[in-house]
Amino acid sequence: MSRKLLLEHINVPGIAGLDVYRQKGGYRAVEKALKTLTPDEVVEEVKKSGLRGRGGAGFPTGMKWSFLAKPEGVARYLVCNADESEPGTFKDRYLMTHIPHALIEGMIVSSYALGANASYIYVRGEMMPQIRILERAIAEAKAAGFLGNNILGTGYNLELYVQPGGGAYICGEETALLESLEGKRGNPRIKPPFPAIAGLYGCPTVVNNVESIAATVPIINDGGEEYAKIGIGRSTGTKLISASGNLVRPGVYEIELGLPVEEFIYSDEYCGGIANGKRLKATVAGGSSVPILPANLSLKLANGEPRLMSYESLAEGGFATGTMLGSGGFIAFDEDQCIVRNTWNFSRFYHHESCGQCSPCREGTGWLEKVLHRLEYGHGKMSDIDLLVDVAKKIEGNTICPLGDAAAWPVGSAIRHFRDEFEWHVKEPVKSQSVNYGLADYAKPIEKVAEVKTGE
Amino acid sequence: MLKVEEHSPVTFSADLISRFDEIVSRYPQGKQKSALLPVLHLVQAEYGWLSTQAMDKVAEYLFIQPIEVYEVASFYTMYFLKPQGKFMLEVCRTGPCCLVGAEKILNHLENKLGVKEGEVTPDGLFSFRGVECLAACGYGPVLQIGPEYTFYENLTTESVDQLIEDLKNKS
Repeated sequence: MSRKLLLEHINVPGIAGLDVYRQKGGYRAVEKALKTLTPDEVVEEVKKSGLRGRGGAGFPTGMKWSFLAKPEGVARYLVCNADESEPGTFKDRYLMTHIPHALIEGMIVSSYALGANASYIYVRGEMMPQIRILERAIAEAKAAGFLGNNILGTGYNLELYVQPGGGAYICGEETALLESLEGKRGNPRIKPPFPAIAGLYGCPTVVNNVESIAATVPIINDGGEEYAKIGIGRSTGTKLISASGNLVRPGVYEIELGLPVEEFIYSDEYCGGIANGKRLKATVAGGSSVPILPANLSLKLANGEPRLMSYESLAEGGFATGTMLGSGGFIAFDEDQCIVRNTWNFSRFYHHESCGQCSPCREGTGWLEKVLHRLEYGHGKMSDIDLLVDVAKKIEGNTICPLGDAAAWPVGSAIRHFRDEFEWHVKEPVKSQSVNYGLADYAKPIEKVAEVKTGE
Repeated sequence: MLKVEEHSPVTFSADLISRFDEIVSRYPQGKQKSALLPVLHLVQAEYGWLSTQAMDKVAEYLFIQPIEVYEVASFYTMYFLKPQGKFMLEVCRTGPCCLVGAEKILNHLENKLGVKEGEVTPDGLFSFRGVECLAACGYGPVLQIGPEYTFYENLTTESVDQLIEDLKNKS
């Protein structure tokens, strides 16, 4: 069994309530931070831990915190990003549902470190049940003296509020989230200024993912150096992986970073293999935005070494043969799945979710959806495949926020690795409507390759 | 659930106003516009959808222009700008749920309810639509029903039939 830091007590009956949570050691990090550490010392521990943002970008959390401007007499804010909407990702829902105090405790520790006296948890609006759970947990914490004025007699004041979103994927982008929290449409802001300088209400603000904030609890309890010993290289600590698709046991798993992908998919401790005795065709390792990989490159690097669940190993080979850890939304496709159909589905998602501010994204995502739709339904031309690559390239890097990239990457990677299947849809417009292309060579074992072309 | 016609005047109850007040108190002085999204959720829970009259009242309450409410209500997918069935069944239609049969569930609902996506059944009870990822990919196919956003997981055509029966009996 690998080490669990966030989900260790997840199966304890009553762990969603304050009493049981405290019996299991909960709120020790608040006591320790507020009574024995200065805010800067808390930031230092988080820096030492090597914790990287768990929402998808993987930016070092401690470094992000150290960018926060601290002008005299100006309020500072911590905003938790609980707008979990990346297809394939459902870890934050799980954490908030089953162990809400882990997030509340992390919010108190992190707010203290940043000098925030009012903090917001922005939860996607569809998660009304989780919003009620969090509000109950906040009331409990407040009644126990962990929130409000003069917390634990230390003189530190903090109010914590839950804010519902309105159902928009784009609000997971931190500046769109801040716009939404200010009661506006979720249009991402032009940066700079970054939120650390001018965020919520123009004040210095840090936006962190649910899992990142919850991870500060074990970091403070055990020390940043201890946390950094877990994992591999610059991928320190544990990570929540949301596993979905054609797996025997989909669900949320806490892994130590560095676990081999093959073990994650096939071992009984995790997903237990591919459902219904099928074979693996492809994976999306980090949420719908990251490049899709065929089965062989999912399990092995291009040089034949095992691929690991870590920021570095998943990205090994660049976009030519690698992908990204992203949010940890791990989607497995069995041999009966159609990559063209799935790519069309994802493109429809990004078209639907584009805020419409930047033309390359607003128009380009529509093109991607439309062209993929005609390929999937047997009306495509061979030139459509290169047209898709061209449109994707024209979106990528040309938009205010990363939604454009997120829309382009799944299309580019699907064509890079599954071009045969796209071509087959053009060559067999009738047959492809009733039969799937199947596994083809996508699981063919990778031998040691002498030379690997990287980057693109 | 109270239904209002497009042009019927809207008056918020004292109870609703006090819930608005509590929300406004969460933000710094002068930043009451931050309450817009949560207030619109409460209004929709009360009336089933957001009429122009209701949105104008919200603007008045928050001291903002009506356009500031309309542009938000039309941007976010959770807000309904026209009346829906009493039970709006929202089925996730994004990739991971489709890998485990979401499209079958959507087709089944269309046949079972006898209306197209977005329409209301003649008895006014049901609407359904496909929505994008609901962050429950490991439990798919899934659907949710507002205003409580009750969640139904691992759907089969049988469990959907049962759900529709239960909702009919409840109403």
